[in-house]
Order: sequence, then C-alpha cells, then structure tokens
Amino acid sequence: MMETVLRVRGLRTRLGGAEILRGVDLDVARGEVLAVVGPSGSGKTTLLRALNYLTPFEAGEVEIAGHRLRPGMCEGHDAAALRAVRRRIGMVFQSFHLFPHLTASDNIAEAPRRVLGLGREEARSRAEALLARVGLAPQAASFPHQLSGGQQQRVAIARALAMEPAALLLDEPTSALDPRLTGEVLAVVADLAAAGQTMVVVTHEIAFARRVAGRAIVLVDGRVAEHGSAEEVLGRPRSAETRALLGLEP
Amino acid sequence: MTAMTLVVLFLGTPAARGAAVASSDDGLARVRESGVLRWGGDLQGGEPYVFQDPNDPGRIVGFEVEIADALARRLGVRAAFVQNDWQLLIPALERGDIDVILNGLEVTEPRRQRLAFTRPYYAFTATLVVRRDEHEVHGLPDLRGHRVGTLGGSLSHDFVAAAPGLDVVLYEGTQEPYLDLEEGRLDGVVLDNVIADRYGLVRPALRDAGEVGQGVYAIGVRPGEPALLRAVDDALGDMQRDGELRAILDRWKLWDSRQAGLASVASPPAPAARGSLTPAELELFLRATGVTVVISVLSMSLAVVGGLALSLMRRHGGRLLRLAAGGYVELFRGTPVLLQLYVLYYGLAPLIALDAFAAAVVGLGLNYAAYEAELYRAGLEAVPVGQTEAALALGMSRGQALGRIVLPQALRVALPGIANDFIALLKDTSLVSVITVVELTKQMTITAVYVQGWLVPGLLCAALYLALSYPLGRLARRLERRLVPVPV
Repeated sequence: MMETVLRVRGLRTRLGGAEILRGVDLDVARGEVLAVVGPSGSGKTTLLRALNYLTPFEAGEVEIAGHRLRPGMCEGHDAAALRAVRRRIGMVFQSFHLFPHLTASDNIAEAPRRVLGLGREEARSRAEALLARVGLAPQAASFPHQLSGGQQQRVAIARALAMEPAALLLDEPTSALDPRLTGEVLAVVADLAAAGQTMVVVTHEIAFARRVAGRAIVLVDGRVAEHGSAEEVLGRPRSAETRALLGLEP
Repeated sequence: MTAMTLVVLFLGTPAARGAAVASSDDGLARVRESGVLRWGGDLQGGEPYVFQDPNDPGRIVGFEVEIADALARRLGVRAAFVQNDWQLLIPALERGDIDVILNGLEVTEPRRQRLAFTRPYYAFTATLVVRRDEHEVHGLPDLRGHRVGTLGGSLSHDFVAAAPGLDVVLYEGTQEPYLDLEEGRLDGVVLDNVIADRYGLVRPALRDAGEVGQGVYAIGVRPGEPALLRAVDDALGDMQRDGELRAILDRWKLWDSRQAGLASVASPPAPAARGSLTPAELELFLRATGVTVVISVLSMSLAVVGGLALSLMRRHGGRLLRLAAGGYVELFRGTPVLLQLYVLYYGLAPLIALDAFAAAVVGLGLNYAAYEAELYRAGLEAVPVGQTEAALALGMSRGQALGRIVLPQALRVALPGIANDFIALLKDTSLVSVITVVELTKQMTITAVYVQGWLVPGLLCAALYLALSYPLGRLARRLERRLVPVPV
C-alpha cells in the first residue's frame, strides 16, 4: 500500500449563506497525480484553497504530510500550525500571483530564504536550478512584467517547487493563458508527474488530465460525483454529470 | 452703526477701494468725499488697543477705537476699522487699503523715512518682565545668554536686538510670550508697559524688572498726503488741548505722568534704515533655510513612520485600533495645521512643555502623518489580495508577507505622493513661526522690516524655497515615471 500524503474527509465550506463544498472525501498517495474536473462553480478552486486553509472550512478534516487542519482555525491564533502545513504544500494559482517587484530568480528564492532560512547563495542556486528545470534559465534576472504568461506560470511553478513540497496544488494553471502558451506549461506539469511529484491539478484540459493524472474526481455542485482512475472517469464516465461535462451527451 | 459693520460695508464695495488708490495725492479730499476714515489695526494686539468686546463680540472696542471715532467726528466723517496683521500695517497703508495706521505704532527713525507721523497720542516705556523667583535679574544685561521674547517688528524688538548676547524669540500675540515665560520657555519678556501691565504682571509668578527704553505711539499717514496728515494732526492736537484725549485714556486707565509731557518726548534712537541686505542678513537667511530644511526632514520622517503605523493599524488592527487610527486621520486632516500647532505649543503647555523647535517638528509630523496614512492606505489597497495569499501559501508569516511582499509594492504606489507631500511640507514649515520658530518665511518678514521693503527679501525667500522644492519636484516626477506599478 502506498503512503497517503493527503487525506480529506467530509469537507464542507460555506461562502456567505451558500454551501460551496458539501462533504468531500479524497485521498492522494505519494507520487500520485489527481485531476479534479467539474463544471464552473462546482467548488474546484474552493476545494484546492481549503487544502491549505486559504479558504477556511466549517466541517471535516484535512490531513496533509502528517499535519492536520481542523475547522475554525484562525490566521492569528493558529499561525504556526497553518505555516507548518503551508510550507509542505505548494500552490500554483490560476493567475500566477508572481511578486511584481522581484526578479524571476528572487521570486523563487524569497520563501526558501525567509521560511527555510537558506543563505543567499544557496537560495539563489536553488532558484537557478529550478528555472533551468522549467526552461527559463536565461530569464533569471527578468521581472514578471517582462515575461509572457506561460513563462510567468512556469516561474510560479518553480517558486512552489522551491519549498520541496510534499504535494503541489495547481489551480487551472493554463486557463489564464493564451492557447498558444498552454503547451509549455502543460509540458512542465507532465515532466513533474513523470518525476513522481505528488500533485492535485484542477483543470479543464481533459485530454491532458487523461494523459498525466493517475486518478480523477468529478466535482459537481460541491460533491464528488464520480471518482476512479483517470482513464475510467474521463474515458468511460458512468455518471450523467460527467458525461454532460465531457460533452458526451446532448 | 458699529465700526465692524462699516468695515464689512466698505470691503463690499470694490469700486470705492479702487477710487481711493487712484486719488491718493489728496487723501483728505478722498476721506471727506467717501465720508469714511479707514484706520488699520490688529485685533490680535488685544485689550486695551483694539479688540472684540467680550460681551458683544460683533463690536470692537478699545482706547484706539475711541480716538479714531473722535478724530473722525472732528473731520466730519465716520471711522471704519480695517483688520490687518500688525506687522503688515505699513504695506497695507502703502497699498491704499487704509487711510491711517492707529494701532500702537511706535515712532522710529526707519518708519519716519517711510511714512509720515502725527504728533504722538501715547507715551510708553518698554518693560522687562521676568519670573518672580529670578531675584538676580534687574535688567537686560543680566539676561545675557538667555531667551528673551518680544513682538516681532516692535520698538521693544529693537531694544532687545540692540542688547548684546540675548537669544531673541519673536511672537505675534501679546499673551503667548508671558505664557512661555511662566512655562520657563523664556527668561524675560520686553514689551510696552501697556501690554506688560495687562498681560504679564497680572500673572502672580511674574514681576517687573525695570524699564528698558521709552517710546511713543503716533498715527501713521502716507507721506504723499500732507493735507490728510495736517487735518488728523490738528484734530489730535485739539483733542489734547480740550481734554478729550485725557478723558479717553482715563477711561481706559492709561493716563499717567508720562502723558502730561507727551509733546516734549523725542523719538527714541533706533537703527537707521538700510536699502539692501547686509552679508549678516544673508547669513541669517541661509541659517533660516537650514532651519526650514531640518524641520521639514525631521517632521517628514515622523510623518512617514507615523503614517505607516496608522495605515497598518487601520488595515490589520483590532476594532479599537482601527477606530482610533481612523479618528486620528479625520481629526488631523479635518482641522487646520495652524490650530494644531497652537494647541500643541500653547494649549498643552501645562501638560507637556515642548520647546518651540520640538513642537514644530512634532506638530507638522503629526499632521502630515494623517496624509501619509491615506497614501499608504491607497498603496496597500492597490496590492491585490492574491499577493498576500501567494506569500502565505509559501509558508511565510503574515508579518513576512506584509514586510517583504505587500509593503514594497504599496510603497511604490505611494512614493510619488509622498514626494509631493514633502514639497508641501517644506512650504508649510512657514506656519511654525506662530510658535516662535524663525524659519525662512519668518526671517523674510523680519528682514523686510529693516530693509523697508518686501520685494528684495521676498524674492530671495522665494528663490531659496524654489532651490529646495524644484529638485524635489523633479525627483517626484522621476519616481512617478519609474515606479508606475507594474502589471501583476
């Protein structure tokens, strides 16, 4: 049996009066890639953000790399517990959120220096190695606004990897990109999958998800409508919701 | 009709004002034609000269009001009081805003060269007032190396300036120097006995330390209006002869033995007028420029740090801190900085006795902190929430996210505004002269009194301000170009 990195049970969140997640369970094993698909507004992004408590949850439990998140935690009182979880989980946002006042290299080196306490040189060489890994070695000294969207997202991935996360969460990493640029980002994600990086990827790219992910869940209306191997769920969907999502039924 | 309503009526008819200047070669005819004698004074001089009636603040009273009314009656016209800053009465007369100056204006040689005086209507002595417990002080020589206060531009100012080794502190009101003497911010005050009796010696902690000099008050008239001068002078002579002047002075408890020999009182010696700036005055200007720069830099530093604290309190503090910071910003933005300086320096003196320089720095710093807080707030609001989330998601603490990620970006947004505020502050330092700090503008007004003109000191003063603010303006524009927030 493979080691479980991420375990979620009965996750519920609420935004204002509306319930966004209505009891989500999932498990991700080490080295596994889980694809999360579903129609817009089904709670995919909320689920991902709840995993490192950027969005608080009301009920349920998240266990990640040996740390536990519980409902009702608070940024002030539970700062240490939240930081302990967050430094073990990498997050890649849909719209990158690179730090505009720092170069590509410094974007990557900042957290290892401030959070892990690496020295300046050590952090810089880590940043340069990661930039090379995502194919951006020549752009180390560029500022985010000097980079294309695809390049920015690759820097964002490198930034998350710099913390050597137990799991990497990617929130629709290509949906803010020009279609011409999605390929370079997807290639990087595929490389990571091949290298055994544990990942949860929220995506609309069904073909990509089938190729890269081992398992998939379909999120509909805040519930897991279907789960199983990516090939099964995305190739031979059983539920009506998944078939509608994949355009297999009128 | 009160004198005050006459002022309002008069100021409401610009045509009359224009005509007055046009025919200034015959002032008497103008006064007779308009039926109004416009006399200038400063209500800030207070009791007993010209002041608002405490029982009826719409009315002005004072012994000079009664003299003006009597003179006007004898000229067959009405008297109309025109409020003017005391130190600017002579320029106001020269501009044609008023017909005569009648407000404790001492006869001095430099003034004689600039305007015509009637015979004196009051003789005074300049009185030194000190704290009662300073038993050793009997005159100005005993105060060598100490701080002595007086009214800027007054004859007492000349007396104090002529005594060697004194640290002279200039005021614009009559209460403040005695307040500061009590507080220990000054060691002596030299002012006319009329003022000393009413504002200084009524304080039990203060005592009379003797006479420093003598002088007389007379009515000032434009030198080009001999007919008006003669008419006013004759009327004043008649008042002296028929006892009306004495009756007025008696009523105000101002009559004393000195007044009897008024006609024989000679003008006191005073420094002769100079046409241009001396090297010593230039040096004073440069020193005052230094004061302006130092106050600006210190108070801006205070404002930048205080503003940051305020904006962080408003954004990240608890309910109480947010409320306090919000109230602070509204209070300091919503009231004049001049008022804040007065309250800080004079109002709070019994609680915290700041010296003038410290009060200037703190006062301006506290005021500008409110503006800087708003600039930071705009800057912080311009940073997308995703920046904080990205930092937190990397495991940074909230403090690190703020200090390393959010603030540097917010600062870029705020920096051009901060540079602009610094220029504004540089000029607002001119306000601290009200709490006796001699900075660039104050130095200009002091020098103007001696040089007998505002043009040369004014231009020099403007040039010095520009020399400071122009490079700052260039810097601000460069920052704006270079630090335009880059797209996230």
